[in-house]
Amino acid sequence: MTDSALHATAEPERTPRIRFWHGLSFWGLLPSWVLMGLALILPIAIIAAVSVATRGAHGGFTWDFNLAGYRHILFNEGWTGELEFTPQYLLIILRTFVLAGATTLICLLFAVPVAYFICRQPPGRKAALVYLVTLPFWVSMILRVYAWMIILGKEGTLPRFLEYFGAPAGLSFMFNDGATLTAMVYTYMPLMVLPVFASLEKLDGTLIEASHDLYGDRWVTLRRVILPLTAPGIIAGAILVFVPSLGAVLEPTLMGGGKQMMMGSLVQLQFGGGRNWPFGAAIAMTLMALVMIFLIFTGLRTARRGTAL
Amino acid sequence: MNQNKAIEVKSVSKSFGTYQALNSVSFAIGSNEFFTMLGPSGCGKTTLLRMLAGFESPDSGSILLGGREVVDIPPHKRRVNTVFQSYALFPHMTLEQNVAYGLENLGWNAARIRGRVGEMLERVHMSQMAKRKPAQLSGGQRQRIALARALAPEPEVLLLDEPLSALDLKLRQAMRDELRTLQRDTGITFVFVTHDQEEALDMSDRIAVLGGGEVQQIGTPTQIYEEPVNRFVADFVGETNFLNVDVLETASGQATIRTPFGVVLTVPATGRTAGGRATLSIRPEKINLGDQAQGIAFEGRITNKNYMGGYTHYTLDVMGTELRASRRNASREGDTITLGATVPVGFVPGSARVLAA
Repeated sequence: MTDSALHATAEPERTPRIRFWHGLSFWGLLPSWVLMGLALILPIAIIAAVSVATRGAHGGFTWDFNLAGYRHILFNEGWTGELEFTPQYLLIILRTFVLAGATTLICLLFAVPVAYFICRQPPGRKAALVYLVTLPFWVSMILRVYAWMIILGKEGTLPRFLEYFGAPAGLSFMFNDGATLTAMVYTYMPLMVLPVFASLEKLDGTLIEASHDLYGDRWVTLRRVILPLTAPGIIAGAILVFVPSLGAVLEPTLMGGGKQMMMGSLVQLQFGGGRNWPFGAAIAMTLMALVMIFLIFTGLRTARRGTAL
Repeated sequence: MNQNKAIEVKSVSKSFGTYQALNSVSFAIGSNEFFTMLGPSGCGKTTLLRMLAGFESPDSGSILLGGREVVDIPPHKRRVNTVFQSYALFPHMTLEQNVAYGLENLGWNAARIRGRVGEMLERVHMSQMAKRKPAQLSGGQRQRIALARALAPEPEVLLLDEPLSALDLKLRQAMRDELRTLQRDTGITFVFVTHDQEEALDMSDRIAVLGGGEVQQIGTPTQIYEEPVNRFVADFVGETNFLNVDVLETASGQATIRTPFGVVLTVPATGRTAGGRATLSIRPEKINLGDQAQGIAFEGRITNKNYMGGYTHYTLDVMGTELRASRRNASREGDTITLGATVPVGFVPGSARVLAA
């Protein structure tokens, strides 16, 4: 009785206040909505529109609805207009995923020990090491890739070094998938180290002690305690490395020699020399769709893990 | 007990940088004993416990578990389990999986693990929650699971690092009894670390009082409380009054002393020689007031009074010396001594004790 009476008096007083805060949160967030709309949604919408436009005769495009861009990914149009299946671009997509996956895996293999090592340092040195990990970001990416060309290329540091130990002269490690991979691993490594470091840092050291106390050796402790508890950091790192790896342009172009393309360089080619904007846009949209599928998949997995916890 | 030493610590020293955490500590713990290491923070008790577990190694000295030198043996090869202060339950595993963890690492087969896990959960009254995760438990429940997990592999020694400090008062009391029962039932040696003297007195078979990185005294709870060997122990365990006295004569564990009140009496003493000053320790509850006053009697004025319900603490002024006394409120009218009143004060000489100054 008293309870409902209290509620009755409280209700009309509370509602306008809620409305006020609601209004404030809408208008207050407006700038970020505008920014998101202009900087994120609008460009994607334009690319989506271009992907279904018609290729112009002299480059460019006309606003006529056409799925030729998407069709071109899988099929080649013959002289008589018949469609012929060509795996050419599909192979590029596959290569892209393999290379991006390899980059992610190699980054992970290096990043976990590095992050673990940094974690175990005293606070001052820890901060310095984290700074060192981010140091390459302060140098232009193109310069960093060129540095790798100097190391791996003909007359480069690594071939010279090997020559000293009797390797044949004139070696070059450039212009192949290995070179592309090397540069990609190097470029994206910090993006893996930092989230893994953050999750290792949060890990309660007593849990590791508890595992040892309960007869777990180092390997068991790593597999059953450390890895499961740092999984969020590892997943975050994997996404941060895998997604930009899929869209990499610079590394395959400069290090891979441009012969073996990845999706990023293919898109760039279509908007540049290839003069096929709708096709380029279609590849970009496909790439985005594939990334979305990957993210939704990992997102769902993380969510399920979260509710189970 | 001599043949059955579960643990032997022999002149163990350890320093962290310039800080000497342990200074040549030696003692032995019998199997099936509930042994408590009691001391203020920084006394080295946790360091010692971590050495028994294998997380720290001594700078010098040796540690024997079941007669075997273990200083170089890593934690996962010691038949010793720990109940951590923060419980350290694996948050990503269910309670069942937590309890099974040690057994799996020992290579038990699945059926045996299942049986043992069920048995342990039953024992700590957590069977219904087997499939839950630690985050869904209260502090007391986590405590129980930590115990079950540490006891499941049937260790030779169970180490407990202030396991009750995170619990509220009522629960702590209940867990004390539960721990004691568990120890009696399992027959496993318990090494319990605490800074709470009441916990130590309540549960232990024997207590080692540690202070300043050294063992101050080892003994049964009664010995520690009633026969402290020095000022540190008397002061840290329970409350006491210290009086500066002159030692006139010593003989076979007794000392004849002159108190500040001029009275000459003979009281139990530990290792005191005649001549010079010493400290007389007398516990507040051994000082009787008013109509209860007996033994050596004098008069004192009540300068402060703290009513605690079951008993009352009084602060007395006896000829310029401050004394604390406590008196059980045996009847509803028990607390009748008023502030400022001058009352008879007395104690039985046998209940006081002369310590090294």
